[in-house]
Amino acid sequence: MDDVATSAHAPRGLPAAVERRRQRLLAALGIPALALLAVLFAYPVLRLMALSVEGGSIAWYAKALGESLYLDVFWITVRIAIIVTVATLVLSYPVAYFLATTTRLGAALGFALVILPLWTSILVRTYAWMVLLGRNGIVNRSLIAVGAIDEPLALLHNELGVIIGMVHVLMPYMVLPIYAAMRRVDPDLLQAAEGLGAGTFRIFRRVFLPLSAQGIYAGCILVFVLSVGFFITPALLGGGRVIMIAVLIEQQVREVLNWSFASALATVLLVATIAIYGLAQRAAGERAGGAI
Amino acid sequence: MDSGARVRGNPAPADLVLRRIRKVFGPVVALDGIDLEVNSGELLTILGPSGSGKTTLLKIVAGFELPEEGDVLLGGEDITFTVPARRNVGMVFQNYALFPHMDVRGNIGFPLEVRRLSRAEIDRRVGTTLELVDLKGYEKRFPRQLSGGQQQRVALARAIVFGPQLLLLDEPFGALDRKLRDAMQLEVRRLQRHLGLTTVFITHDQEEALILSDRIAVMNHGRMQQVALPRELYERPANAFVADFVGESNLLFGRIAAVREGRAEIGFENGLRLTARADMPIGTAVGALIRPERLHPAGAGAQSANRLCGEVFETIYVGTSHKYRVRLANGTEFLVRFRDTASQPSAEIGASLTLDVAPEDVHVFRHE
Repeated sequence: MDDVATSAHAPRGLPAAVERRRQRLLAALGIPALALLAVLFAYPVLRLMALSVEGGSIAWYAKALGESLYLDVFWITVRIAIIVTVATLVLSYPVAYFLATTTRLGAALGFALVILPLWTSILVRTYAWMVLLGRNGIVNRSLIAVGAIDEPLALLHNELGVIIGMVHVLMPYMVLPIYAAMRRVDPDLLQAAEGLGAGTFRIFRRVFLPLSAQGIYAGCILVFVLSVGFFITPALLGGGRVIMIAVLIEQQVREVLNWSFASALATVLLVATIAIYGLAQRAAGERAGGAI
Repeated sequence: MDSGARVRGNPAPADLVLRRIRKVFGPVVALDGIDLEVNSGELLTILGPSGSGKTTLLKIVAGFELPEEGDVLLGGEDITFTVPARRNVGMVFQNYALFPHMDVRGNIGFPLEVRRLSRAEIDRRVGTTLELVDLKGYEKRFPRQLSGGQQQRVALARAIVFGPQLLLLDEPFGALDRKLRDAMQLEVRRLQRHLGLTTVFITHDQEEALILSDRIAVMNHGRMQQVALPRELYERPANAFVADFVGESNLLFGRIAAVREGRAEIGFENGLRLTARADMPIGTAVGALIRPERLHPAGAGAQSANRLCGEVFETIYVGTSHKYRVRLANGTEFLVRFRDTASQPSAEIGASLTLDVAPEDVHVFRHE
């Protein structure tokens, strides 16, 4: 992209020095943002990491990775993140497909429904789920009213409640990348496949799905990474019984006041997230090696 | 029509028949009662400017659009409402529409895979088709690793590999540079003749149409203007649109003023008179077409039916010929094209020029 933009704007034969200065000027535009990040993000993160190895000891890491109690928390976190990612994908793909193929009006309405929740406070949404999912919530009362169940289902303060709430919060992050990928699929390709004799299902499986796969990878990585670090929703809908890693870190900071251990846990989370992200990127790159 | 490749008995049966096709997009009439017959093994070009409805017509033949009225028959079978997948029609898209995530073998094998052929059979057919389009050994390449011309060959191979009854080409040469385009045109023509494949080709390029086609159907504003052999289209266009759209032309509009011995004298408003070979009643409103190369420098002394004297006001040198724009005393302007030969001195701007045109070379058509 950069090369194209450069060659388009810089006339052939422009002295290299002029071109270099232009590049430097452009790069300078990023300085304010970089400065802000350095002060408000990089520095605090490094300070926090420093806390975890205070006195040159790795004891807190040994505790985080050695005790089954904490390993369980990591495992629960990853398991919930995987379930949430898969559930979000299953629910979002049809939504994205609808948005990508419907009329302008349909797309506008659909987008409003997808984006509006993003503009609503996550706290408000999570409390709303507590109202819906409680023992006396709308869901249980409706199910009892129609005779589907006799006893209220346990939908709140357990893993199921956390997953339901997280899926709801994270769906837009899955819908949007998939939608973007679907919109990039050339309609001529679908017509070509049809003209060559392919039925609807085969066109989907052999042409549309592989071409929208990039959006699926992007959405899954995004949702998974966000899930792993999720705090408010598991804290409220889990009711203290579903401990995900972010909840544990918060407890260490606020209740136990053990900043060093919290910092070790946070560092493990950060490293694990980056590692998973890197692996997923590589896998996605390999799978899509032939395409685009 | 007289292509040597077709060795069937005459007349060749019409393979594709379109009857009274009408298509409307909102308030716009895209196709207004189109009738067309394409003979078996023939390459018929649909020629027209953008917005003429030619692409819509092609989509109706392919099945991507449905007509409001009319029938589409292929090999005698009514396919008006048959889904595209069941039409057995091969199509080359304007941008080729190759599947970017499949290699060449995957692309060309796709229609065979859909038809549930065995892997070995697919490989065999893909191989022979690749040989046909001169791309042997490119099986494992992806579309983005191919040049424009190679991509087009793959698109062509994919459109013919499953033995379609009809081949559709939607402006396939538009994206290629001139040299490559010329080569691909001839190659497509050769392949089409070799396979005896009934083909409908869409273009807005009249030169391309003249080079490639057995017959040409000219469209404008959703209507069929004329269906004719290339030569007939060029020499005897049915109306002013065709005359103007195909080739360079001098077009004049007047009325038949006198008729004698199969010759008609046409009078124009500015006083100009031309004699043409035409048989129409006096008073008929007509258009007269004179192709620039049919105007000759007047021979010394010889009498001529049509002698035009004017002044050169623009000269254009195009290598093989010299073009002049000449203005007559009465204001009429003519475009003249002389073969550029050593014996032919070139005229300068301001030079006076006397031109002759034979009555046979003045083509007359009714013009309402």
